[in-house]
Amino acid sequence: MFLRNNFNSKMAYTEEELKKELETKEYEYGFYTDIESDTLPVGLNEDIVRAISKKKNEPQWMTDWRLEAFSQWKQMEEPEWANVTYKKPDFQAISYYSAPVSKPKYQSLDEVDPELLDTFKRLGISLDEQKKLAGVAVDVVMDSVSVATSFKKTLGEKGIIFCSISEAIQKHPELVRKYLGTVVPQKDNFYAALNSAVFSDGSFCYIPKGVRCPMELSTYFRINQAGTGQFERTLVIADESSYVSYLEGCTAPTRDENQLHAAVVELIAMDDAEIKYSTVQNWFPGDKEGKGGVFNFVTKRGLCENRAKISWTQVETGSAVTWKYPSCVLKGDNSVGEFYSIAVTNNYQQADTGTKMIHLGKNTKSTIISKGISAGRSQNSYRGLVQVHGRAENARNFSQCDSLLMGNQCGAHTFPYIETKNKTAQIEHEATTSKIGEDQIFYCNQRGIDTEKAIALIVNGFSKEVLNKLPMEFAVEAQKLLEISLEGSVG
Amino acid sequence: MVVGFSKDTIEVRELNEITAYNKKQMLKIENLHASVEDKAILRGINLEVKPGEVHAIMGPNGSGKSTLSSVIAGNEDFEVTNGNIEFLGEDIGELAPEERAHKGLFLSFQYPVEIPGVSVTNFIKTAINETRRAKGLEDMPANEMLKLIREKSELLEIDRKFLSRSLNEGFSGGEKKRNEIFQMAMLAPKLAILDETDSGLDIDALRIVANGVNKLKSADNAVVVITHYQRLLEYIVPDFVHVLLNGRIVKSGGKELAFELEEKGYDWIKQEVEV
Repeated sequence: MFLRNNFNSKMAYTEEELKKELETKEYEYGFYTDIESDTLPVGLNEDIVRAISKKKNEPQWMTDWRLEAFSQWKQMEEPEWANVTYKKPDFQAISYYSAPVSKPKYQSLDEVDPELLDTFKRLGISLDEQKKLAGVAVDVVMDSVSVATSFKKTLGEKGIIFCSISEAIQKHPELVRKYLGTVVPQKDNFYAALNSAVFSDGSFCYIPKGVRCPMELSTYFRINQAGTGQFERTLVIADESSYVSYLEGCTAPTRDENQLHAAVVELIAMDDAEIKYSTVQNWFPGDKEGKGGVFNFVTKRGLCENRAKISWTQVETGSAVTWKYPSCVLKGDNSVGEFYSIAVTNNYQQADTGTKMIHLGKNTKSTIISKGISAGRSQNSYRGLVQVHGRAENARNFSQCDSLLMGNQCGAHTFPYIETKNKTAQIEHEATTSKIGEDQIFYCNQRGIDTEKAIALIVNGFSKEVLNKLPMEFAVEAQKLLEISLEGSVG
Repeated sequence: MVVGFSKDTIEVRELNEITAYNKKQMLKIENLHASVEDKAILRGINLEVKPGEVHAIMGPNGSGKSTLSSVIAGNEDFEVTNGNIEFLGEDIGELAPEERAHKGLFLSFQYPVEIPGVSVTNFIKTAINETRRAKGLEDMPANEMLKLIREKSELLEIDRKFLSRSLNEGFSGGEKKRNEIFQMAMLAPKLAILDETDSGLDIDALRIVANGVNKLKSADNAVVVITHYQRLLEYIVPDFVHVLLNGRIVKSGGKELAFELEEKGYDWIKQEVEV
């Protein structure tokens, strides 16, 4: 089921298909609804798609691209193969465009939910940053603004482009047009098609040939352009022999009124290039009774040319329902794909996450390290595919999926899929399931370590292999986040 | 040990204030009853330990030895149904296990647990700093910690590489026990309870562990050794030996009692008790 739904698209990875995807089709202009208000009415139809494109002042090819995606989406059905249950969103009850909020939500921190502030404090987020994140008006010049300015200057000197995707469509249309949808085609899956039709904004990054990006690129530095909305689109292009490390998300809890998030991330690593993509996701998971919370249906995929390498590292602690498989298409010979993941579910959260490693080229290598931690009444599933095609001589894969259970009411599931059409392939899969034992807790207690701290210690130990893959500052924050996410999960 | 006081000594005690005396009391257990799932295991234990003393608690399997150490350490799997435990003059019956640890109580486990991904160093660092925080102290500076680790690992003939391994994961029986004593050395407790520390140790490991314990002994701390055999007691010489049978201490004596038990087994004591 998983394959059928998600891998129709593999055909699109051949040169022929890619070209086809790129062909621009001349559409008649047709009429569009001219709406001046900042928020479009609920519902989705061609007019709404046109209106979004017009709002963003997009060129015709972009509008056409969106419309094509929309017409494909209309013929698709919401996938049901994931090991999650939820009430399906009513797509006609959503407003697909809201102008970014420019007015502060609050006048001072006193008006902000104290629980949220408490979490900020424990994550070690500075007061100014707290204000920014909570949407409080800021009347002083903040450090991060000046940081962002000097940051942009350094990047500019190297020829690196790092901006919002809307800006890229205006300023670098040739790049966007060439690469958008080449890794995740519009019709890839239900949510990718929806995103392609209505994406609100996102990030664009281009690293020129031979350039090693001197700093971690983070959407955090773009926070003044935040409010990218529920349909985020990210495109990262690393040209030949370049390197970039990209950080997505924020450890700070993100409260959002939008229930449905369907993002698409495309990475392109050309010959000898390397992309390291790290995510920390902490969207509102719903309350202790499982009410509310974000549905996070994400399509993330990277394409590796010859000798290129893509590493996905993710720490997932938020969202009520997560559906996410950052994948690598190892198209070039000697290319390398890596996936390191920690997924934490607590209370009533459900996560179905994993990866796909598609070995097309010779001597391609992939590594999958997945750590699932379930607590409360949550369900945590690993779903992964390792696919070796006929031409992929000497492909190698190593997969390790470990699950840690806390309490008796949660679930951990592993769905590994292995398909190989080449006899020279070497594929290893290891899986373990363990429980945090009362004996472990008591042992820690006896050494003077209280139960909360003991759980944090055990969970961090369990997650160490993945935490080690994160950039240093991110790792420290992620460690704290794991602690906070699991608070109160053991008697 | 409780030895009768003459009238004179009592008067001296009163003069020196009773509190001063109480401070000299390390552990005082009175009429302790404990059960697990409604099954009574400890049925009225009385025991007093003073600073500088080494006590051995011996007894056949199932007599309640390990339960006693778990109950003193505060394991909530056991329900204390009667009696009380005083540690350094304070009733610790209501304290959480970590609070007892912060006061200087240490238990060397019979079966130390594994914590994958957490190194020996990281674990002991966390334990030390949590204990310091509980006392309102800052974390131990890194260089001081490093010095302490070096000193104590040498004392116990522990290879530095060992310290970076995951706690007890894949450790041999001997390594696990040595690691327990290493932690004890690092935490420098007031009272250490060694629960079957000799089980699973070969003669060399036994010697190293016992030497470690002996070097850590002082006039200010105390050790309770729980063991089935007297083997360990050849190295860690007890001042007092207690025989535990069916949840009660039925006989106490000096170190010679251990030899007698080794020679004659426990049956004669059982008969003596029944008489």
